[in-house]
Amino acid sequence: MLKVRVIPVLLLKEGRMVKTIKFSSYRDVGDPLRTIRVYDAQGADEIIFLDISATIDGRNQLLGIISACARECFIPLTVGGGIRSVEEARKVFAAGADRISVSTAVVENPSLINNLANNFGNANIVVCIDVKLDNEGVCRVSTHRATRITQLKPVVWACEAAERGAGEILLHFVDREGTMEYGYDLTLLSEVTHAVSIPVIACGGVGNLQHFVDGVRIGGASAVAAASIFHFTDQSPIKAHSYMNGAGLPVCLA
Amino acid sequence: MIFIVDYGLGNLLSVAKAFQEVSGDKKVAVSRNAKELETATHIVLPGVGNFVTGMRYLNDLELVEPLTVQVVQKKKPFLGICLGMQLLAEVGEESGETSGLSWISGRARRLRTGGLKIPHIGWNDVEIMNPYPLFQGISRSREFYFVHSYCLDCPHEYVVARCTYGDTFTAAIQKDNIYATQFHPEKSRDAGLKLLKNFLSISC
Repeated sequence: MLKVRVIPVLLLKEGRMVKTIKFSSYRDVGDPLRTIRVYDAQGADEIIFLDISATIDGRNQLLGIISACARECFIPLTVGGGIRSVEEARKVFAAGADRISVSTAVVENPSLINNLANNFGNANIVVCIDVKLDNEGVCRVSTHRATRITQLKPVVWACEAAERGAGEILLHFVDREGTMEYGYDLTLLSEVTHAVSIPVIACGGVGNLQHFVDGVRIGGASAVAAASIFHFTDQSPIKAHSYMNGAGLPVCLA
Repeated sequence: MIFIVDYGLGNLLSVAKAFQEVSGDKKVAVSRNAKELETATHIVLPGVGNFVTGMRYLNDLELVEPLTVQVVQKKKPFLGICLGMQLLAEVGEESGETSGLSWISGRARRLRTGGLKIPHIGWNDVEIMNPYPLFQGISRSREFYFVHSYCLDCPHEYVVARCTYGDTFTAAIQKDNIYATQFHPEKSRDAGLKLLKNFLSISC
């Protein structure tokens, strides 16, 4: 039976691992390689890197980190942040990524999804949707690390992304990110998972292990991602697996 | 020397790193050089990508003929991974019908999952039908990592492992010196590394 994946997310900035709250107020949380080794040992099913470096130097550091990580961790690595073309994607794959994640670039140029899928296969293209509430409290797709809000509705965009060849959606709840309080937005998550026939990874807001279970049971997520709970509490992928197994979900057990 | 075919697609570095981990003294080359291919002891066709693009790149790089000589005529141990397994078919159905390498009679067709999400992404159980030599020493309860929308339909006698996701499909094959897995051994932790090691223990 296919297992539900538990995926730690690492946010990288200029080669360092950072943690944010609602995509701002950066805080340095350490050395990415050391962290990845820990997550690997704790049974993470996959790792997502999201790079927010503003400089070329920072971007090159990212490639170095992925390459070092691929050398010692034999689990899937999904890498996103600033990929704007097939050529850039090729570099990221060449550095050791197994799958890539794209967000702002494909909102601005949706046909990039088709191009990436034609080159690298649908299954390896993850479209990350940064969901943010607008002034009227309506969920919208945001871009540029959630500094710009578009008129796009997440469900509509998820369907278009799937239609164009996305293999998976990473649904990122910006307003909950780093808050560790309410878990995923289960209403929106469920709306998206029902609307698309591709798998959906939920991310943003997890504060306890029950939030993972709810994301799958109520939200219909195929995989559950989180950052803060693994950075700042004593919870780990292995404990998450055990808890989810206890709740009757199929997971990889150590 | 282990020759990993660099046809411009795929998670080449991941595959190379995994082989370096288990290769001992053997050199690992990521290459598209047909001359270098002649000196290979083991040949690996990795797989991230689309069937049509994969075949086009192999054709454009003029690798089909040299690979066929080394694998089909000289019978060097060959491992196809994911798309590298599907390309062995006569025909691929991804983005219209395309001719494959035709080293195995069969078709690469879309998964039939009965409503489950496609692509099939993540860790799934593999039912091992014949453990020798690829799965030797690997516990029957180990999961492997899959990421694909298509799979290979081929004669039963070549199937050495199966996987079920809605429907049951081919997870690994073996035909003489030709081996292939639909899952990614390079991304399947210890069980995957063991499989790669088993492949390297096969000699020409």
